[in-house]
Amino acid sequence: MYRYDNYDHKIVNERVEQFRDQTQRYLAGEIADEEFLPLRLQNGLYVQRLAPMLRIAVPYGMLSSAQVRKLAHISRVYDKGYVHFTTRQNIQLNWPALEEVPDILAELAEVEMHAIQTSGNCIRNTTTDQFAGVAKDEIEDPRPWCELIRQWSTLHPEFAFLPRKFKIAVCGSNEDRAAFLLHDIGLQLVKNDDGELGFEVFVGGGLGRTPIIGSSIRKFLPKQHLLSYLDAILRVYNRFGNRDNKYKARIKILVKAWTPEVFAQRVEEEWEHIKDGPSTLTDSEFARVKSFFPLPEYKVIDGADSANKLAATADSNIAFSRWLDRNTELQKQSGYRSVTLSLKPAGVAPGDVTDKQLETIADLADRYSFGELRATHNQNVVLTDVIESDLFELWQQAKESGLATPNIGTINDMICCPGGDYCSLANAKSIPVAEAIQRKFSDLDYVYDLGDLELNISGCMNACGHHHIGHIGILGVDKKGKEWYQIQLGGSANKNASLGKVLGPSLSRDQITDGIEKLLDVYVENRIADESFLNTYQRIGIEKFKERVYAPAT
Amino acid sequence: MPQLLKDKRVIDDAWTLVDTDSQSLPDGDILLTYSQWQTFSKQLESHSGQIGVVIEGDAEIEDIIEPLLKLPLIAINFPKFADGRGFSLATLLRERYNFNGEIRAVGGFMRDQLYLLSRCGFNAFKFSEDTDLSEAAKSLEDFSETYQVSADQEKPLFRRR
Repeated sequence: MYRYDNYDHKIVNERVEQFRDQTQRYLAGEIADEEFLPLRLQNGLYVQRLAPMLRIAVPYGMLSSAQVRKLAHISRVYDKGYVHFTTRQNIQLNWPALEEVPDILAELAEVEMHAIQTSGNCIRNTTTDQFAGVAKDEIEDPRPWCELIRQWSTLHPEFAFLPRKFKIAVCGSNEDRAAFLLHDIGLQLVKNDDGELGFEVFVGGGLGRTPIIGSSIRKFLPKQHLLSYLDAILRVYNRFGNRDNKYKARIKILVKAWTPEVFAQRVEEEWEHIKDGPSTLTDSEFARVKSFFPLPEYKVIDGADSANKLAATADSNIAFSRWLDRNTELQKQSGYRSVTLSLKPAGVAPGDVTDKQLETIADLADRYSFGELRATHNQNVVLTDVIESDLFELWQQAKESGLATPNIGTINDMICCPGGDYCSLANAKSIPVAEAIQRKFSDLDYVYDLGDLELNISGCMNACGHHHIGHIGILGVDKKGKEWYQIQLGGSANKNASLGKVLGPSLSRDQITDGIEKLLDVYVENRIADESFLNTYQRIGIEKFKERVYAPAT
Repeated sequence: MPQLLKDKRVIDDAWTLVDTDSQSLPDGDILLTYSQWQTFSKQLESHSGQIGVVIEGDAEIEDIIEPLLKLPLIAINFPKFADGRGFSLATLLRERYNFNGEIRAVGGFMRDQLYLLSRCGFNAFKFSEDTDLSEAAKSLEDFSETYQVSADQEKPLFRRR
């Protein structure tokens, strides 16, 4: 993975000192609350319902075992001994003390981490596929591009006070595992007819109150122009995005108002002036950044032999076999697999892990996967390069630490925001709903029979839990001080991204799990062969689901 | 005399901001809004002091900037610190229009933005009267290294490292 040189260290260390000074001046009463607000937000610090919350950047989800151990240490010393993995591949501390935040940042800087631009109206952490570099359907490894974007966006002088937050995702494969069409800018790595590498550029996607799927504004951007083209998009947005109304301030609203064609034209006009300027990327910079993402030193393994042995082990152990099916993926290298450690056991808030578990994760990464791991936007952790013959051992160790729940991609692998238990924006709690669903659907045979099913929960319409793109989406709403839950069906974040449709009137907390069960019954009764929930919904439509859920009790 | 921060130094500010409802022009160096600059165009021809214009964040500078480039001072107003349009306008003035005069931040910007503002091409900062300017000037030095191209840095870090 990318390693800091003296320049990177210097910038991050100076940011720590800048924030230390700002915090001291704030605590001394020299900076007003409203002025400190954007300063702390640009360093990932929210003031939440119960305590401040610090969001730590995990650039494009990559972590080393040393970084994870440091996070365990920080959570123990400065917090309550656990952290939360977010849907932007970042990590949150829920209980830090404001006056200790500069010390936390200094500790993070020691392991090449920071909290720069993890919140606020600026360019946020760039995200990508958790299987980057090992996915079988990959066109090009997106991580060097994400790193180039990280450096370009870090403390960019022109774009620190945008109309609203700004999120970029890069997709390097045929399948989309980064939900890139639902970002302010989505970049798809492509090759043109001459085999040259570049990007198809999408803008104006996003969730939140007005969910929109991004529009393509350029079919092919040669790779060396990436940064100047991003500058052009951001400059147009910074100048002309709506600043009067927070709910109309995202770039998607501007793109929609102008139409994607007109927006594209404005960007092209702006770009004409800066194209081929000093921000044009050089071959030596490509080579430098790419050199940080080499193939691991794989052993040569007889794939067929390895697969046979693995199948034999799986045959003799049903629990292992379930985990192998759900929680591991084939990858490019023969004889190796990617393993997803589930952070979604029943009874724990999705994405929460303890300091002890973090240390186990670091140990597993060191022992089995070259000391590196990934945070996923589904709030799990991936070890990308595990030899198949190590899987059984890894599984046993992960199971002991509660990291091997065999539920990846099932209804129990929910995306869920912190909700009303923590977040001051939330209209309703989301964690107890997730827990109730996990408890209701605890029969693994039933869960596996349901197959791939994405269930996403947001505690308010800001949509941190991505409810619009769940096959089943649940949105918490407040009605006269009571918590209610709206159900949406048919959302999807793949290449044919679609937004969910509202099923009907909201359900109360007591009704929600029964409502979900009825939806699943309709699916099971109507599916053809091994059709997925999403495909069945797309074929039969919303009516049958609606009738069942709202049928009067008999 | 009121003061301001310019080129990293605290200096006297000899410029007079013309009142919005003013019917005539004061003597000396004057700073006008763009619409005043249009309204007083005749009188300005014979004005003895220097002339500067304040533009707003929503200025379509592509359409208005040509005659302003001859002035010694262009000020950019921040209605509030969260309004970042001025960062782009200053960048355009320096990089696209090669404006070499003073670019002055006025209005609601704040001390902790000084470093980024200066990177975008601002070289003068008009704070409210009660501000300790030499204390505020420290924020100009928040960072000593930077990744991007900007008005004060021709080469991105990747061309220097």
